[in-house]
Amino acid sequence: MKFSENWLRHHVPTRASRDELAATLTAIGLEVEDVAPLGDSLDGVIVARIVNAKKHPEADRLQVCDVDTGNGIVQIVCGAPNARAGLVAPLATVGANLPGGIAIKAAKLRGVESFGMLCSAKELGVDPDASGLLELPDDAPIGTPLATYLGLPDASIEIKLTPNRADCFSVRGIAFDVAAALGSEVIPLDTTPVPAQSDATMNVVLDAGARVPRFAGRVIDNVNANVKTPVWMAERLRRSGLRPISFLVDVTQYVMLELGQPMHAFDKDKLEGEIVVRPARTGEPLALLDGRTVELDDDFLVVSDSQGGRGARAVALGGIMGGSDTRVTDDTRNVFLEAAHWIPSAIIGRSRKLGMHTDAGHRFERGVDPQLPGIAVEYATRLILDIAGGVPGPLLDVTLPEHLQSPKPILLRRARLARVLGLTVADAEVVRIFTALGMKVEALADGWSVTAPSRRFDIEREEDLIEEVARIHGYENIPTHTPAGALTLAAEPEARLNELAVREQLAARDYYEAVNLAFIGNDVLQRWGMTEQLVPLANPLSADLAVMRPSLLPGLIVALSHNRARQQERVRLFELGRTFHIGEAAVARKDAPTETPTLAIVACGAAQAEQWGETARPLDFYDLKGDLDALIAWGGEPQRWTVHADSLPGWLHPGRSARVARDGHTVGYLGALHPQLAKALDLGPDVHVLELALDPLLDRRLPKAQAVPRFPAVRRDIAVDVPEQVSWSQIEHAVRGSLGTALVALRLFDRYSGKGVEAGRKSLAMGLILQDASRTLTDDDADRCVRNAVAALEVSCEAKLRG
Amino acid sequence: MEDLDNRATQALTEIDKADTLDSLDALRVSLLGKSGIITAALKTLGSLSPEEKKSRGAEVNRVKERIADALAARKQTLEQAELDRRLASEKLDITLPGRDGERGGIHPITRALERISSIFARLGYQRADGPEIEDDWHNFEALNFPPHHPARAMHDTFYFGDGRLLRTHTSPVQIRSMKGRQPPIRIIAPGKVYRSDSDQTHSPMFHQIEGLLVDETSSFADLKGTLAEFIRAFFERDFEMRFRPSYFPFTEPSAEVDIRWDAEDGSTRWLEVLGCGMVHPNVLKNCGIDPERYTGFAFGLGVERFAMLRYGVSDLRAFFENDLRFLKQFA
Repeated sequence: MKFSENWLRHHVPTRASRDELAATLTAIGLEVEDVAPLGDSLDGVIVARIVNAKKHPEADRLQVCDVDTGNGIVQIVCGAPNARAGLVAPLATVGANLPGGIAIKAAKLRGVESFGMLCSAKELGVDPDASGLLELPDDAPIGTPLATYLGLPDASIEIKLTPNRADCFSVRGIAFDVAAALGSEVIPLDTTPVPAQSDATMNVVLDAGARVPRFAGRVIDNVNANVKTPVWMAERLRRSGLRPISFLVDVTQYVMLELGQPMHAFDKDKLEGEIVVRPARTGEPLALLDGRTVELDDDFLVVSDSQGGRGARAVALGGIMGGSDTRVTDDTRNVFLEAAHWIPSAIIGRSRKLGMHTDAGHRFERGVDPQLPGIAVEYATRLILDIAGGVPGPLLDVTLPEHLQSPKPILLRRARLARVLGLTVADAEVVRIFTALGMKVEALADGWSVTAPSRRFDIEREEDLIEEVARIHGYENIPTHTPAGALTLAAEPEARLNELAVREQLAARDYYEAVNLAFIGNDVLQRWGMTEQLVPLANPLSADLAVMRPSLLPGLIVALSHNRARQQERVRLFELGRTFHIGEAAVARKDAPTETPTLAIVACGAAQAEQWGETARPLDFYDLKGDLDALIAWGGEPQRWTVHADSLPGWLHPGRSARVARDGHTVGYLGALHPQLAKALDLGPDVHVLELALDPLLDRRLPKAQAVPRFPAVRRDIAVDVPEQVSWSQIEHAVRGSLGTALVALRLFDRYSGKGVEAGRKSLAMGLILQDASRTLTDDDADRCVRNAVAALEVSCEAKLRG
Repeated sequence: MEDLDNRATQALTEIDKADTLDSLDALRVSLLGKSGIITAALKTLGSLSPEEKKSRGAEVNRVKERIADALAARKQTLEQAELDRRLASEKLDITLPGRDGERGGIHPITRALERISSIFARLGYQRADGPEIEDDWHNFEALNFPPHHPARAMHDTFYFGDGRLLRTHTSPVQIRSMKGRQPPIRIIAPGKVYRSDSDQTHSPMFHQIEGLLVDETSSFADLKGTLAEFIRAFFERDFEMRFRPSYFPFTEPSAEVDIRWDAEDGSTRWLEVLGCGMVHPNVLKNCGIDPERYTGFAFGLGVERFAMLRYGVSDLRAFFENDLRFLKQFA
């Protein structure tokens, strides 16, 4: 909402400076976004008339003008295209200092003397228009200081309104808040009815129920629609961000800005018969004021007349914009003014549906005072009669009383006020605030009964009143405490790691955390073969942000590629975020999609950062397996975790990847990207990934202490050779199975194939750490263990003992 | 006897001259060994009278001790010299980089988010969470946004085909945390939120932290105090703060909080950092909490904004580009 400072001051007298006024507006919740001073430095600028203009002898674009200053004629050289004899325009006389810092002196321009400067609106700092001289009305008093004539200095103040303060889409609405905050009072509006001078009226029928419960109007015949909008009105409109158009339209705009009621003026002679306010018909066309023709549906409301049948022709789009067929023009003689009450739910979203935005629509979406239509019509009538003459008919005010509610008294308890704010506000201050806001207050024993004016329909309950007291009394006057309430310490589950611990561990393992958007494109997912159980958005921003990510990996790989393209050879990233899935059955049941907190890692390049002391080698499967082992170890129960070579997703290398399970349930995957995918993504074979459901990782064992073994452990090393396809976990399983609790650890310390080992076989060397809780193991005990282990390996793994 | 003295003097000179541990050891054998001078001198004692034997014996022992001490002293000197030589040859270039010293880092959003959460944890706020795909009731209606309410227009919402939506704020966690339990309640709910808006200063996904306190005594004054403490703790300095009336359907009175921020050019300006207010009675009622008995306050803040201010990040989009040259600055 943009308005003229002087206009506001006209309604609420205050000595506050412009800065104080702006600070006050912000402090009471009408946040000032901009204050644009207008005409701050116009001393020496007067209203003047060009009496004669002739071409400059030396310059094509300049004219030499004789200008009447009201106190003699001066010669001015002027380059404006619209400078012409007879034009009334602002003249900066010698000695004036214009807002842009231009000091006016007598000067010679191309050899011709000039005693001042004729000015554009921009040069005066009153408008951005620099196209030519500011053209003033013919009847502007020559010689008068321009500031006096235009009501300057002034300022355009723009405030940002919260959705609850629809009443402040008007100068008077703002005035009540300012009055309350600055200890002033709003000057009452003259609401004396304009007496009818004719019987001319229209027959109006409200046929949209609660959606349009009130329609006020008036016929004014014999209006001079050609009259020029007075400067004061045009300037107020301009300073409020609206362009003056024509007198009748300007009046409706002016009333809307001042009172808050959007209005429309019809050319009465273009209307036929009864006026019917009704829902639009599906497919009904309407040519609008802005030149567009829209096709409506029954979600819209229209004002219609009876051309071609009762209510047959739509003549205005209800609450949003008038129609072009019946608009007022310079030829209009007889006017029908309209001010109706359209309820918000009947207007919300309708402008947007048509791709338009109007001041009227914006106001009705937020809500307008239901008592205002009649007052607005009276006010507009008076303005029209004063300026353009005419013969008014009677005020028309059609209502559906069952759909119009009047404000009800609300109880505010003194104790509740103090409790919510943490501050006791003096009774007199409470009463003063409500009164200044235009509310009726009645004192009760334990508080007040307050009735808000109809324009404050946002005031519905006690809390609304508390807020009014708080914001007008000033948030800065509320004390600052720290809460004294009961403090209960939440028991943090110790058997649960927090996500930060996982993040810190990965950071310590040389990974950087990434954060990607949670949306991804179908084409990327297609490439990964992730096409099932997807959760698409109904209104995505773009095709590449159309689906909730089913995996963190595609996005992380994009980030990896981004970095590779920027000279980062070794990229190691991780991310924690949710992944989203929904199955067909869940869709059918209308269940919510599942959101799985997920951890993912991507890495490429060398296993270690480039270093002097170690041989460089590319990252491989076992590097990521080590990360996995470390993550698992944190939970303290590695035995619940297993890896499997089967049932891998298509985006993984079938031989260099693993499915990860916990207690037998698949919880994720790790490995090298499938070479085809890597190639499609323009990546090499070194890219490895890991993705795991986060929850199982966060599960941690609460330690239960055991006595430290009192007897020493013994170690026996064995080397066996086994067929290549025998996995370490098979060997581990066989050894553990054969030794039971005697085996406290099994350590693989060498793996070899090649010379000295039969083709198709590999040699594995391992250390058996043996211990007994009740005695020291003898050499015989240890030897027997080794024999048992070897026997088990021979049976189940085709192992041969070496050396 | 004189002979022994001469030999001893000579021996001490030889000990001093020994320049390796080996030659010193050879000397020790020749002096104190079976065929050494001391052994020889002791052998002569047998032919002496008991008195002579006693005095002569004592004398031989004194010589033996002198030699032994000299040997030990020399040995220590030589060993020290040997050690010094070895240590001098064992010098490392300690300025070479160490092994496996690389480490990564946590994203600045996480870092700010954890810092904020931990400040509130110290005030007894418990961490809470909720789904990112929400229903209309939790995201809007229970928070006192009726259907078609103009405040909904301020939330550019992503929808799904079934009418569900991506939460536009972390406030639905308030509802989920209050439902089915009674005050006192203190929760902090960090998480991702979504708005269908994307430009230089808006990301369609960003992070918020919601705070909620409900008990029998809380007031707007407590809210002011809590947030003032928080701002001071987060930035480790005092700010001029301003509570400005604002509007959120789920709080009343509502406020936006500005801090007086020093720009790099030395100017200062008000910067909006938080939205807050007293929990609206309708919200408490929607969660089965008696608004007559309990009052509460809630606040919400944008984590990106705090991270930008704290770490001097000027472009919001940098947070989601995952450029290592950016991420490494926060390690």
